[in-house]
Amino acid sequence: MLAIEGLRVAYGESEVIHGLEAEVAPNEIVAFMGRNGMGKTTLMKALMGIARTTAGAVRISDRDITALKSHQRVAAGLAYVPQGRMIFPAMTVEENIETGLTVTGEREVPKDIYELFPVLLDMRRRKAGNLSGGQQQQLAIARALASRPKVLLLDEPTEGIQPSIIREMARMLKKIRDTRGLSIVVSEQVLSFALDIADRVLVLENGEIVHSESRATIDETKVANFLSV
Amino acid sequence: MLGDYSLSDLGSIFVMQGFAGLILFSVFLLMALGLAIIFGQMGVINMAHGEFMILGAYMTYLTSKLFETYLPALFPGYFFVAMIVAFLAAALLGAMVEWALISRLYKRPLDTMLATWGLSLILQQLYRSIFGAREVGVELPPWMLGSWQITSTIEVPINGMFVMALTAVITAGVALLIYKSRLGRQVRAVVQNRVMAGAVGIDTQKVDRATFALGCGIAGIAGSAFTMVGSTGPTAGQLYIVDSFLVVVFGGAQSLIGTIASAFTISQSRSTLEFFTSGSMAQVATLIGVVVILMLRPQGLFATKVRR
Ligand SMILES: Nc1ncnc2c1ncn2[C@@H]1O[C@H](COP(=O)(O)OP(=O)(O)OP(=O)(O)O)[C@@H](O)[C@H]1O
Ligand SMILES: [Mg+2]
Repeated sequence: MLAIEGLRVAYGESEVIHGLEAEVAPNEIVAFMGRNGMGKTTLMKALMGIARTTAGAVRISDRDITALKSHQRVAAGLAYVPQGRMIFPAMTVEENIETGLTVTGEREVPKDIYELFPVLLDMRRRKAGNLSGGQQQQLAIARALASRPKVLLLDEPTEGIQPSIIREMARMLKKIRDTRGLSIVVSEQVLSFALDIADRVLVLENGEIVHSESRATIDETKVANFLSV
Repeated sequence: MLGDYSLSDLGSIFVMQGFAGLILFSVFLLMALGLAIIFGQMGVINMAHGEFMILGAYMTYLTSKLFETYLPALFPGYFFVAMIVAFLAAALLGAMVEWALISRLYKRPLDTMLATWGLSLILQQLYRSIFGAREVGVELPPWMLGSWQITSTIEVPINGMFVMALTAVITAGVALLIYKSRLGRQVRAVVQNRVMAGAVGIDTQKVDRATFALGCGIAGIAGSAFTMVGSTGPTAGQLYIVDSFLVVVFGGAQSLIGTIASAFTISQSRSTLEFFTSGSMAQVATLIGVVVILMLRPQGLFATKVRR
């Protein structure tokens, strides 16, 4: 579904991702784990066409999207929930979700989105900037789903969310995957969440994958060692 | 300076000058609206905005001449056609300028200012070559002449009221466009977070071009309105650009209400002071007032209140 081939990403002169290779199968959930500053956000931004790719390719269902702009990548089937949510604060909840409809051409927010996030239905006329962090996270996911993606990218969705809600979020993301049949790529530092949600865990260190294991056979202590400082 | 007038005279003067100020207000508001939309969306300060207005004024002049010569029977309605022509001409030129100039100077605000300033000089010279250095005026259709007598000392001209009604309609239209339409939603998303707007699927380049064209088109309509109260010359736009910037800064570039309120304040104080002092004194006094208020409220009169 998503293929990353020899991807190199740089900010100006300094390269952050050094020839990364990865594949994500249809319906698969893959977690990229890594400590602070290891390049998780940079990878996500490169996939979205926000950070500059210097070499390599990104394919979605065999279509090369490396040269496309962000909005064209969304049309090709990628959707992005960034670290820090980045909702549009001065717009209402409903308008925020509607921005995700740009590539589908739909006029109304599909019902199934509000079914997934009933809170947002109640709050749809409120300014998004006044929502709590957890509610903003739901809104960012709803906005991403509105474009009917094939691959959903989530950058540290658990950041700033309390443990009980984290478990709830894992359940919800799996439900989204099952009902919508999409692939999910999530970057994470919380091991329990990654083990809960992911079919496969990749460990990113200094812009390279140093460990890759499917959940069934994973050695928890080994991954934990990668994550401890 | 007030001593020579009786109280009722003063009342009439304030009302009539207030009214003259309202026409000025209309032109300022339309100009500032276009400037503010463009600045808010792209961070571009369009130094050639006055020339886009004058393009609209020349288009109005041409349309009136065409009607006079070929369609004299329809002459009373020429203004409505002229407005549309003015809007389209200015918007088209705006879209071309965005493509040829602005989009290539993305993230270089100073260069953009310089480039649009250069453009304003080029346009002024073009107008001079095409329409001549002399100012031209349009012939008003008969139904716009005359005025409405309120009391024995107060009368308001019909064309002025028409310009104001027009401005009200266009301002409402722009508000509707920004707050209710799909394009408007995309514009607001780009204003708040350009990168993220792209990442939810919005073609920010297309939105930029549409916004710039819209802002210039509104300036074109301002030019149409301007023909009713002033005569059109190659450099007439220069007289309005500074005040229009003032309106935008004073109102706080993000807020429509702020733009309206500040256009009103500035045009009213200009117009009323102008009667009692000279024009340049009025301008100086207005400027000082604005500077003082901006020192107290640097974000402009109206800044949006939202948690970020
Ligand atoms: N805009 C930028 N310009 C230059 N360097 C950057 C920029 N953004 C990130 N970096 C650098 O790139 C490296 C990877 O950063 P990145 O944000 O991808 O890490 P991360 O894994 O997402 O970390 P965190 O867990 O803290 O979010 C870091 O060394 C960082 O300093
Ligand atoms: Mg990060």
